[in-house]
Amino acid sequence: MLKTTPFHERTAALCVSHAWRRWAGYVVASSYELQHDREYHAIRSSAALLDISPLYKYLVRGPDAARLLDRVVTRDVGRAAVGQVLYTPWCDAAGKVLDDGTVARLEERVFRLTSADPNLGWLEANATGLDVDVADVSESTVALALQGPRSREILGQACDGSVPPLSYFRVATATLRDVPVTISRTGYTGDLGYEIWIDAAQALAAWDALIDVGTGYGITPAGILALDVARIEAGLMLLDVDYISARKALREGQKSSPFELGLGWAVALGKERFLGKAALAAESARGPEWEFVGVEVEWNSLERLYANVGLAPRVPTAAWRMSVPLYANGSQQIGYATSGCWSPLLKKYIALAHVRSRWAKPGTAVEMEITVEHVRRRAAARVVRKPFFDPERKRA
Amino acid sequence: MTTYDAIVIGGGHNGLVAAAYLARAGRRVLVLERRERVGGAAVSEQVFPGFTYSVYSYVVSLLRPEIIRDLDLPRHGLHVLPLDSTVTPLSNGDYFAQWGDPDQHRRELFRHSARDVEAYEEFGRLMHFMARAVKPILGMVAPDPASLSPRDLLGLLHVGRHVRSLGSERFHALYKLMTMSAADYLDEWFETEPLKATKSASGIIGTFLGPRSPGTAYVLLHHYMGEIDGVFRAWGFAKGGTGALSEAIAGAARAAGAEIRTSASVDRILIADGRAMGVVLEGGDEIRARLVVSGADPRRTFIDLVGEQHLPDDFVAAIRRFKFRGSSGKVNLALGELPDFTCLPGVGPHLRGAFSISPSIAYLERAYDDAKYGEFSRRPYMDIVIPSMIDPGMAPPGKHVMSIFVQYAPYRLNGGWTDAKREAFGDAVIDTLSEYAPNLKSAILHRQVITPADIERVAGLAEGNIFHGELSLQQLFFLRPAPAWSRYRTPIRALYQCGSGTHPGGGIMGGPGRLAALTILRDRA
Repeated sequence: MLKTTPFHERTAALCVSHAWRRWAGYVVASSYELQHDREYHAIRSSAALLDISPLYKYLVRGPDAARLLDRVVTRDVGRAAVGQVLYTPWCDAAGKVLDDGTVARLEERVFRLTSADPNLGWLEANATGLDVDVADVSESTVALALQGPRSREILGQACDGSVPPLSYFRVATATLRDVPVTISRTGYTGDLGYEIWIDAAQALAAWDALIDVGTGYGITPAGILALDVARIEAGLMLLDVDYISARKALREGQKSSPFELGLGWAVALGKERFLGKAALAAESARGPEWEFVGVEVEWNSLERLYANVGLAPRVPTAAWRMSVPLYANGSQQIGYATSGCWSPLLKKYIALAHVRSRWAKPGTAVEMEITVEHVRRRAAARVVRKPFFDPERKRA
Repeated sequence: MTTYDAIVIGGGHNGLVAAAYLARAGRRVLVLERRERVGGAAVSEQVFPGFTYSVYSYVVSLLRPEIIRDLDLPRHGLHVLPLDSTVTPLSNGDYFAQWGDPDQHRRELFRHSARDVEAYEEFGRLMHFMARAVKPILGMVAPDPASLSPRDLLGLLHVGRHVRSLGSERFHALYKLMTMSAADYLDEWFETEPLKATKSASGIIGTFLGPRSPGTAYVLLHHYMGEIDGVFRAWGFAKGGTGALSEAIAGAARAAGAEIRTSASVDRILIADGRAMGVVLEGGDEIRARLVVSGADPRRTFIDLVGEQHLPDDFVAAIRRFKFRGSSGKVNLALGELPDFTCLPGVGPHLRGAFSISPSIAYLERAYDDAKYGEFSRRPYMDIVIPSMIDPGMAPPGKHVMSIFVQYAPYRLNGGWTDAKREAFGDAVIDTLSEYAPNLKSAILHRQVITPADIERVAGLAEGNIFHGELSLQQLFFLRPAPAWSRYRTPIRALYQCGSGTHPGGGIMGGPGRLAALTILRDRA
């Protein structure tokens, strides 16, 4: 049986599309409405409310909590201030990425780690000799993402001033109506937004409070289809879609290092020790073989491919998640895209892709495979900087 | 004295688009806007505190996606939100809805006619081919069939190839589309009255024609144009209103180096030896430039700003013949609560789409009858949206704004437009709409009524025509605005046009502005 989240009573009533999907063994809405467009636009124009409870969550507590996390993740946790959140990957000893998530320093000695896959065993295995307690709070803590330009106003109203002005990647406690919560200025949309961490028993009260206050501001429950478009625009990768965990990879070529995923900035080589450090230091010195880049398909080229068979150009109506070959210099395959979508906001066909490093420079001309009327064609494209969309309000 | 490469007269959306393209190409550009804000007919204003109206133009129609990409408009704040549905309330308490979701749409049509469901698919398919045939004409500078220049001949060849590729059956359909009335054309396809009426309404917007007037069928095509054009979901609502769209284009123009001056009204265009030298502002200041681009409509540009004495007689005659005949008005409302439609009570997704008061062809034609004889329609056609349902930022939380496009309101009203006539017109609109949403009157906190005379006076559009001249077949393509002068150039050297009075015409499309800039850059490479 698939599990339902504690918000299911509310989300099920709203899900008129009956479009559900799986996420980490839970059932969550693909889209609530018949089509996901409006849910996407809410993320970028007003505020979207997403049930992100299926994330794995761990509470890491004790005198050596920072030390444990510093051993595991690639960023420098010891230097994080109380109330700071770090986005970080973590690696095996060979410097290949196992997972990625956020580390929130809730108190001097209390952290919350989120992840896409289970990581309790990995944390415990690396905690030998340390005075630290790791608790899996995946089920007892639920989470809602409130994302969009008006999320700040909604939270301000709903928390009745109890939420301090949170900077980007900061976390604080607050009271949402009568529900104690922690709120982090984080998200998976690349927009102004927050994630709200709630005790599972109070899930519905928190949902109701947000909907109640948010309705006047255009709050819109949104599903994974909308989120997928937003996260591609934001250039954010997804485990099992854009990369494979080194824990599950069946051959070396399936693994990726943080450098190969564009996360070199998140590798604190100055730290004393952490998993994968030696391999990553070496890779940093010689440069990665692959890079993770943004690709924009040239509209005129796409239009021509369709015109050649007498059709108007078509673009995907939802984000795709599959491997699509990229070429350069005629026939040479130089990489592959792993996620792509039509950006309704930018009016561009965009994709996230792995390319060999010499082709990774922004502006590089490449070609992406497009199937037109059952025939494989190639559309002109170019490598562009990520994120594709980066509004000032995200950090402001 | 500073010299500019180009002065753009008018900071409407096309003028701004032209300015942005010219500035991106490295030209020193100055935009002169008469009003205190840019946008022309695409402006958002807080006429009533806390409530933002898109005062005149209220939807984004066929804004070219290449303009959005080229000018990076989302970075400058443009966000076009989809308008998903159109509900046509009926007098019997029922409604006819066109939903965004195809299954839901088919089910609704099926409820009215089991036959029309199939016809709808075939109709859509045919219109798709028609739109494909006509589309290349929209994206290119209109070729003149009477000209023998290589560019025109090549352009015609291009269009000709497309038309020939249609095959005879579709060519005949295209011919019908170009000559028939919307009502007659739709009668050949459908039996659902409100479907025919609501579709044909798109053929009469901005014209002084009725659904039974020949030539109105062509505009039906415009709606399919977007779908084949990468505009996907072409009809939309700009977050923050149409003024936000103008601001985004202005932002892009400024970022490219253009200078934009508001409250700078141009009195006339400086002309010496048949060549534009710059402009004279009201107040007498002269500003010189290598060329002048006018975003104003053809009448204002040539008759008012250039002056007949500088122009050939046949050209002046053509401009004088160019039909404006403003036929529509606007009512903007601030609402304390949402309208409650009898046909679809309560709050629901239908309130996020458009409402069309077009229950039957006869209703529309009757509305036209009033206008033919110099009166505003007692029971007018209306296209209504509630912008605050799409972008809640348009009104305080829990409150709403409503935008009502109204036709017919003839520019030449018997006895002329007066304050009393304006209010009577507003009353006719509210009375008619209240028949479908009885709580409307008590919900109104503020009402703004705009007549064609107001559109002319404030936004500067001749006779209040929202498209800078009727979008009727005899004024389109190579005849817009005058035979032989459809390509942004004018009889005055170094004077260009970039407004909706040029090809491909009106609506928030940006096409004229972009094509004018490209023409200028080619002429003066």
